Amino acid sequence: MHQDKFEKVAGNGLINRRYLLGLGLSGVGIAAASSVLGADSALKIEIPTWSKVPGPGASAYGRRSTHTEHMQRLARPPDPFYPGGGASLSPLQHLQGTITPNSLHFERHHAGVPNISPAEHKLVINGLVRQPLVFDYEDLLKYPMVSKIHFLECSGNSGSLLRGGNADGTAQSLHGLVSCAEWTGIPLSTLLDEAGVLPKARWVAAVGADAASMGRSVPLNKALDDVLVALYQNGEPVRPEQGYPMRLFCPGWEGNISVKWLTHLKLTNEPAQFRDETSKYTDTQPDRSSYQFTFRMGTKSLITSPSGQMALNRQGFYKVTGIAWSGSGSIRRVEVSADGGRSWADALIESNQFEKALTRFSIPWEWNGGDAVLQSRATDDQGNVQPTRDAVIADQGAINFYHNPCIQSWGINSAGEVSNVYI
Amino acid sequence: MSIFKPLGYITFAISIVQFGLLAYSQEAVRLGTPISEGQLAEFDLIATPDGSGFPEGSGTAREGKAVYDTRCAACHAATGEGISGRTVIAGGDMQSEETPLRTVGSYWPYASTIFDFVRRAMPADAPKSLSNEEVYQVTAYVLYLNGIIQEDTLINADSLNAIKMPNADGFIDRSHIQ
Ligand code: HEC
Repeated sequence: MHQDKFEKVAGNGLINRRYLLGLGLSGVGIAAASSVLGADSALKIEIPTWSKVPGPGASAYGRRSTHTEHMQRLARPPDPFYPGGGASLSPLQHLQGTITPNSLHFERHHAGVPNISPAEHKLVINGLVRQPLVFDYEDLLKYPMVSKIHFLECSGNSGSLLRGGNADGTAQSLHGLVSCAEWTGIPLSTLLDEAGVLPKARWVAAVGADAASMGRSVPLNKALDDVLVALYQNGEPVRPEQGYPMRLFCPGWEGNISVKWLTHLKLTNEPAQFRDETSKYTDTQPDRSSYQFTFRMGTKSLITSPSGQMALNRQGFYKVTGIAWSGSGSIRRVEVSADGGRSWADALIESNQFEKALTRFSIPWEWNGGDAVLQSRATDDQGNVQPTRDAVIADQGAINFYHNPCIQSWGINSAGEVSNVYI
Repeated sequence: MSIFKPLGYITFAISIVQFGLLAYSQEAVRLGTPISEGQLAEFDLIATPDGSGFPEGSGTAREGKAVYDTRCAACHAATGEGISGRTVIAGGDMQSEETPLRTVGSYWPYASTIFDFVRRAMPADAPKSLSNEEVYQVTAYVLYLNGIIQEDTLINADSLNAIKMPNADGFIDRSHIQ
């Protein structure tokens, strides 16, 4: 068979990633299907109607194609007992590359999205500083800024997997609390320096201007390291759902600590012990003790295509693709298995091997029409390897649902249906 | 408006014109307006276990019942058992065989967090609508519903922070792992 010239590098049809370089998968597909194409004499390509009528002209604010409007965040219906509270998940299976469009970035709110007038918004720094200061939005825009591409992930992302729920979930419903953007803002250290941090200070308590005044304590050394007061997201002012006019951004750490609608930073000696760092976002272990201040997100990857609720409609070549990220550094390697983890092949790292950012990986795969279990496994530049679900449960039990970086298994049956499986 | 730009901005603008980018990187932009802690008294809602940030005031659970029944019970139910999993605020046992129910009483390490959280975020349909006195009262009531204090225990900044919560020793600080 002609397909045999594609070098198989792991069980159940995984093909050497180099076939994605240069040749491109479309090339592979056409080569494989060329006899079918040649045989179809009914095929006739004509000039489409939209090539014969002028379309609408330029517009003040762009909108997406009406043919992509099904790509939506997944939000649960409003909860009358939780006004404005809840989350929406990014449609990971519809996205490519590594940057999440701002309108599809995941959300998590504790009391809804405030409509903040930037002219009236204040950012206060007080507590253990030489001089408490207040900043206006317009003034903050004048500071030197840096731009960094980073993922943001809710620490509850993928948590339902630990308890064995949602067998028919999608990449979005199971893992959509992760997104990635270019964040532009002022290094927090710049503003803290201006206020003059006193030697006794060890923590920065950060509070948002939403109705929940959501607060989190950030260790001072992180605050002085790579934390930003982010004012722009992918080039435009931070979206209201993401904290307009400004948010804290703590690279690599659980999303909740990147306090949105940032209005107050207080230097303290001890953590403030806010509700969202005691009652929530703490990780109860099997022995019933609970880890507090577990900031760093794991080393993780996820196949976004094929993924849950998709269907493979023909045997043959597929591009298996997904995203990988690490709260500890950059992604060094992603391996893919098509036989439930018995054998692995290195995927091609397609783009953005940036620190604490989403990285896109791909590998060509020939589906033989039989059962398969697709998995991906990330390794970061610190040597951290993404664990299996069994390993996570053995390590931290299943009381805790925060910080689950486990390998996702997508089962494929002979009808081509893809679903979440636990193996 | 722009006539009254703070001095720091003017320095910054001039330095760019005169010295270009080199001066930009050397001359720090300093546009923060000095303010005093006193001016922030209404704004700073952070109340911590060491007692800092607590306003004057006090209350008992007996007084807090009225606040709770009118302002909280619709979402948290009559005795804190909750309407949904999210709104359970009393009961639970960290040592139960089943997945433990984690509430203010069974889980929270500090009593200060009740005052801090309720003052900033509750009632969820009208946050920051309670007086400080009412927050003390209803804080006492939540503690009472959890069997931690008596109906007439007076709760103020000192007595609240003197309470050792049942699960106070249940937490392990992992903040060194960054
Ligand atoms: C409209 C419904 C509603 C009302 C009224 C309400 N709450 Fe809540 N409360 C909630 C919700 C929802 C949460 C969970 C918020 C979250 O998770 O972000 C909550 C959380 C809490 C918590 C923290 C629970 C935990 O374990 O983390 C406490 C304590 C609390 N409320 C106390 C009160 C008090 C006291 C009042 C009355 C002054 C009140 N609530 C009124 C809906 C309400």
